[in-house]
Amino acid sequence: MLDWFSTDLGFQIGTTFAKVLIVVNSLLGVVAVMTWIERRVSGVIQFRWGPNRVGPLGLFQPVADGIKFLMKEDIVPSDAYRPIFILAPAMAMVPALCAFAVIPIGPTIELFGRAVPLVIIDIDGGILFALAAASLGVYGIVSAGWSSNSKYSLMGGLRASAQMVSYELGLALSLIGVILISGSLRPTEIVAQQAGGFWHWNVFPWFTGGWQTLGFLLFVIAGFAETNRLPFDMPEAESELVAGYHTEYSSMKFSMFFMAEYVNMLTSAALAVTLFLGGYHTGLPWLDSALGQGWALWTVQILAFMAKVGCFMFFFVWVRWTLPRFRYDQLMNLGWKSLFPLALANLLVTGVLVAFDLVHQG
Amino acid sequence: METVAFYSLTFLAVASALVVILQRKPVVSALALAFNLVCIAGFYLLLQAQFMALLQVIVYAGAIMVLILFVVMLLNLGDESTERPSRPIQRWLGGLLTAALALVFGFSVSAVVGAPLPDNAAPFGTAAALGQELFGRFFYPFEVISLLLLVAMIGAVLLAKRRL
Repeated sequence: MLDWFSTDLGFQIGTTFAKVLIVVNSLLGVVAVMTWIERRVSGVIQFRWGPNRVGPLGLFQPVADGIKFLMKEDIVPSDAYRPIFILAPAMAMVPALCAFAVIPIGPTIELFGRAVPLVIIDIDGGILFALAAASLGVYGIVSAGWSSNSKYSLMGGLRASAQMVSYELGLALSLIGVILISGSLRPTEIVAQQAGGFWHWNVFPWFTGGWQTLGFLLFVIAGFAETNRLPFDMPEAESELVAGYHTEYSSMKFSMFFMAEYVNMLTSAALAVTLFLGGYHTGLPWLDSALGQGWALWTVQILAFMAKVGCFMFFFVWVRWTLPRFRYDQLMNLGWKSLFPLALANLLVTGVLVAFDLVHQG
Repeated sequence: METVAFYSLTFLAVASALVVILQRKPVVSALALAFNLVCIAGFYLLLQAQFMALLQVIVYAGAIMVLILFVVMLLNLGDESTERPSRPIQRWLGGLLTAALALVFGFSVSAVVGAPLPDNAAPFGTAAALGQELFGRFFYPFEVISLLLLVAMIGAVLLAKRRL
């Protein structure tokens, strides 16, 4: 066993397996904690308590919820189209988990004398991989809406497909600015270019940064729409559609849609951090040099990545409980008439800046 | 390893293609077609064409098929079996055309069977290689196609606005 592990291929398979196991489990763990944070923060924002009874501060609430979901009766409506109805939650969940595979959660570390990059798949078109996975996520929602054979579900599914196709355009275009300035589609390389001080991060509009402030804002707005979060949660607007595409779902199947939404949030937060906010870099050169090379630095960098994603997730929750929902036509107008032209303008300006070599200087 | 991947992809692609034509529910057909397109992206991956594979998933499976699904759901097409049965002439014509198509496929496949495979030394499928080709050798065709797409887009808007 150990002999096999010491070969190159064996080592690679072993570490990849370990990385997948750790990332998927921490994602699902964070999702559980996020459901608690979401409800506690909403309580604070709306001047009420939120869940505070189960365990200290209500921290065991996710466990209680999990048990409740497992124990509930799993109902399949008699008019539903069974094969697709059962498959749909998985179709929402799998792409959501896949997209996270290209995100570098830390630097390349050294383990048993070999280099281990802390990203599951380090491919040339990493950003495109994340976009492709995100674009496949809509099938779960659409087929859930259709197979439930209920008019609310169908409306939710229809809205989801229209909204996600529209906002994918703005999302992808807002990313092209970053791709232009870094000249690469590989997330690890884009992160490496933002090394050093925080003034090198792509989001900042000056000569050492990447000028992508507008691109970042557009990405965040499109990210809200892409993950179906308020103020853009048209597919499940409860005041009009009961619960949208998952109206007919119960028990663990409903829970899987719920988890897919949170995993999607985590992925877009992590993508934003990777592409615009320096990824796992702390942004403080003196801190990096004080830590030296080795485990101290690696740990701090992984923690920095988690802290940045955490702040972003808090922002998601904060916006959800602060802003009212858009109307559907307003949502479409915003996507096509504001987001899309602004992303094109951002692309043009970035192109000019790259042509005159005014990015990432010094 | 590659052979195993190739044959399992082939099996999935053929199976999903069969579902597309044999399934009576239009939505299920559309979902199977989307799955089939993802399988074809897998073939691109086996040919070392990563960029093409990702574009295949984003453009075809992620955008075009979602639009088709949207239209199918919007029209809420019912079960095909409730439609009126097909006329005899349709069956004859269909059979004839299928035979013609099979002949064409047979000839084109027999032409390449046994031919040497191109070596993958120069990866064509990466973003950089594709960009070099598009903006180097194929610059003028590329620009003409983009103009054509623009004309088509303006035409579509014009047609839709007239009816509004």
